[in-house]
Amino acid sequence: MSNPLYQRHVISIADLTRHDLETVIATAQQLKREPRTDLLKDKVVASCFFEASTRTRLSFETAVQRLGGTVIGFDDGGNTSLAKKGETMADSVRIITSYVDAFVMRHPKDGAARLASENSSVPVINGGDGSNQHPSQTLLDLFTIHETQGKLDGLTLAFVGDLKYGRTVHSLAQALALFNCKFYFIAPEALAMPDYICEQLDAHGIEYQLAASIEEVVPELDILYMTRVQKERFDETEFQHLKSKYKLDASMLEGAKPNLKVLHPLPRIDEIATDVDATPHAYYFQQAQNGVFARQALLALVLNETV
Amino acid sequence: MMEHTLKVEALANGTVIDHIPAGQGRRILKLFRMSESGERIYIGFNLPSRRTGKKDLIKVENITFTPAQANQLALFAPNATVNVIENFKVKEKLTLGVPDTVDGMLTCPNSNCITATEPVETSFRVSEKEGEVRLKCKYCEKTFARDAFAQLR
Repeated sequence: MSNPLYQRHVISIADLTRHDLETVIATAQQLKREPRTDLLKDKVVASCFFEASTRTRLSFETAVQRLGGTVIGFDDGGNTSLAKKGETMADSVRIITSYVDAFVMRHPKDGAARLASENSSVPVINGGDGSNQHPSQTLLDLFTIHETQGKLDGLTLAFVGDLKYGRTVHSLAQALALFNCKFYFIAPEALAMPDYICEQLDAHGIEYQLAASIEEVVPELDILYMTRVQKERFDETEFQHLKSKYKLDASMLEGAKPNLKVLHPLPRIDEIATDVDATPHAYYFQQAQNGVFARQALLALVLNETV
Repeated sequence: MMEHTLKVEALANGTVIDHIPAGQGRRILKLFRMSESGERIYIGFNLPSRRTGKKDLIKVENITFTPAQANQLALFAPNATVNVIENFKVKEKLTLGVPDTVDGMLTCPNSNCITATEPVETSFRVSEKEGEVRLKCKYCEKTFARDAFAQLR
């Protein structure tokens, strides 16, 4: 039986079922344990970054090469026919996808990956479309959470920082809603979790609460997911006041359960003090490394009937 | 006091859209690109209505509304009536139901949506929550209230 992602586009977390997510996690686990260099043999993957993104692009391109495939593409849309000659994105995609076996893309516009998938003869993998979706980040987060906790069902997580604009936390909350997790949201009022995400959690019967500080929930948590509160969203005085409230240091983790892991999509600025790095709870660097395994799993599943 | 009655030529063939909420008539004209048809159109704005006080009314000659168009109309004027006229008689009264999707008619209010720059037909999935109609863009996946669609394609 072919795997559920074979020859499918991966555009939005909302398109994936619990079974799809579990298949990616199991495959990532398998590839981390026993590396395979043959799964993309003789395959060419396009890596088209219409907008720059260092970690996402390099980890996708590493994933392709680790699996024995080759990469073509660009890391800046500014130098393409699209930008220079005014070609539509749909036409660019139609041509490039006729050369390759899969198409990985990042684009600054919301919905670009969905449109690309409608013009592509091969699977399109969304590496981020504007402020909309970034499914491979969610998959690496799920893989990391599963790796550290041994399960996804019934976990307690806190999301801290910018919950309004952070597509990472939106998609992760949407995905974890399929696993009956419990959430705490810790954010300035101006950056609270949007209503549409809360409504989706309500629809799944998921328990979530707002919390005023990290310390008050730490003893209950399995995962503490930190994000950056961006300076440009506030005036200077307000920002200085807020910053300290959404900043984590090692002393705040004293009452934590041994299995608590701190995650962050990176780059971090100062919302996680460097003294956290030495605690057994820090896991954000391993999380970033897991990006390669999660992306290997995605590519392997999309391009192989069985893995 | 003299009685004034509103006189509009009767339609031989076409469509009469009545009981449009006052103020929505202009939007509906644009929405269905009625003036582009070149056919004769009669428009009444802020006409007296027993039900709602004021209403808009559109009569368009030689154009027959389809049930799909009537459903799209339902988004903006759920209580409107649509009568298809043939030979000066009402041939069919179309019932309005909110459609599942609205394709190619609305502009996505999200200025960063790919549909704003690429030549592609927009598509929205319609849902209703607590009596309020909401539309979710197939591309940018953002959800909007009906009133967010100020600009029409």
